[in-house]
Amino acid sequence: MFSTILFYILSVILVFSSLMVIFSRKPINSVLFLIVSFFAISGHYILLNAQFLAVVNIIVYAGAIMVLFLFTVMLLNLNKETEPKKSALVKIIAVITGCLLAVTLVGSLKGIDNAPVQDFSDNSIGLIKNLGKTLFTDFLVPFELTSVLFLASIVGTLMIGKKE
Amino acid sequence: MMISLLVAMYSTYFERKFAAWFQDRLGPNRAGPFGLMQPLADGLKLLFKEEFMPNTANRFLFIMGPMLAMFVALLTSAVIPWGSFIVIEGKEYSLQVADVNIGILYIVAVTSVGVYGIMLGGWASNNKYSLLGAIRAASQMISYELAMGLAILAIVMMSGSLSLSDMVAQQKGINWNIWYQPVGFLIFIICALAECNRAPFDLPECETELVGGFHTEYSSMKLGFFLFSEYINMFISSAIISALYFGGFHFPFEDSLGLSQNWLAIVGALVFFIKISFFGFVFMWIRWTLPRFRYDQLMRLGWTWLIPLAIFNILITAVVLMLHN
Repeated sequence: MFSTILFYILSVILVFSSLMVIFSRKPINSVLFLIVSFFAISGHYILLNAQFLAVVNIIVYAGAIMVLFLFTVMLLNLNKETEPKKSALVKIIAVITGCLLAVTLVGSLKGIDNAPVQDFSDNSIGLIKNLGKTLFTDFLVPFELTSVLFLASIVGTLMIGKKE
Repeated sequence: MMISLLVAMYSTYFERKFAAWFQDRLGPNRAGPFGLMQPLADGLKLLFKEEFMPNTANRFLFIMGPMLAMFVALLTSAVIPWGSFIVIEGKEYSLQVADVNIGILYIVAVTSVGVYGIMLGGWASNNKYSLLGAIRAASQMISYELAMGLAILAIVMMSGSLSLSDMVAQQKGINWNIWYQPVGFLIFIICALAECNRAPFDLPECETELVGGFHTEYSSMKLGFFLFSEYINMFISSAIISALYFGGFHFPFEDSLGLSQNWLAIVGALVFFIKISFFGFVFMWIRWTLPRFRYDQLMRLGWTWLIPLAIFNILITAVVLMLHN
């Protein structure tokens, strides 16, 4: 009962702040609302007994990536006057890509009714020990692929940084 | 929480006393015996000072900045095990507010969120010095967070748990982590200094270049909140250092004293506070002894020295653990 109420509160916060990310006029407010929505997502993770994911979500997204976003917004000090004018072609392309994304999302949500319901009665499912075991047995190949991807991006960053 | 506030209040007093001592002065000695009422007087002064807000500031974020800084600083104290448990009428009461199974990650997360208070406050002031201070603070904290996380990782590998109470429990007696992880400890304490924006890493508020840094435009209790959160952070990081590397509330020969559990818990908590005070003293000592770094030196130290050293430390820890098992 308590967790249901929490779920609804978190969801309302999440949906509201996500909408505000898009609708707010000032870029800095968008960034702040995005941070709020990350916290709400972490709250959902905790409700699903995935404390590790919740904390890592905060460390990585709220703690590191959004700080960089905030940096950029603060340094550029974006506002209406300096906003670059976009050509019609770019706008059309943006609309088409947006629609494609929406179709994909709707398509993936369509099959959700038939999906088997995960059993969350086991409290230890999101604990770091079980998570690590799953990652290194069932999902070993995707996990290692992601690490290679990360390594590639690190090397790429170094290359770009050195060029100057 | 009240304890952190009280400690923070009096660490301002001790900071000034120690500063005076290091510089061969007397320090505050007018208000009350030995000047002990000085923090109260300072607090009252801050409360009654005129609230000032620059015209061009973003009002909401300007107020939000110090509030966030304070709130985040107070959050961390929840997962620190202040002592073992006390038995009252057959029930065990733990002297830790919340024994989260990912306690150490929680602390890392909260410190990484702590940047926002300073960044928002600095930006919202709409002042170039504040902005520069805020940007310095943020880049410094992100850089040193990495090395700090890597130093913690070596400890996590040794204890095999992310819970702070487990980590402390494994350091019973004098089996402290400092004997196994001296390099990690050095990295951690340097990073802790940088994370708290303390000298010699206090570039965000470097008076000689930036007037007051991120809190240039702040006055009254809002400034007080920023300064206060710095002291709370210092207290908390001393507590984490003592818990991770110096056995937390454990002390040598605790089992051979023949004390009952309650007394053991109380003495343990006292010992923990003595350790914390010692590290608080070390922080102040460093502040009043070392000159400030230059900004490029700070970044070079963080990225080209501490991070490789921390990774090397993890590697050695892993090899030793492998051979040991």
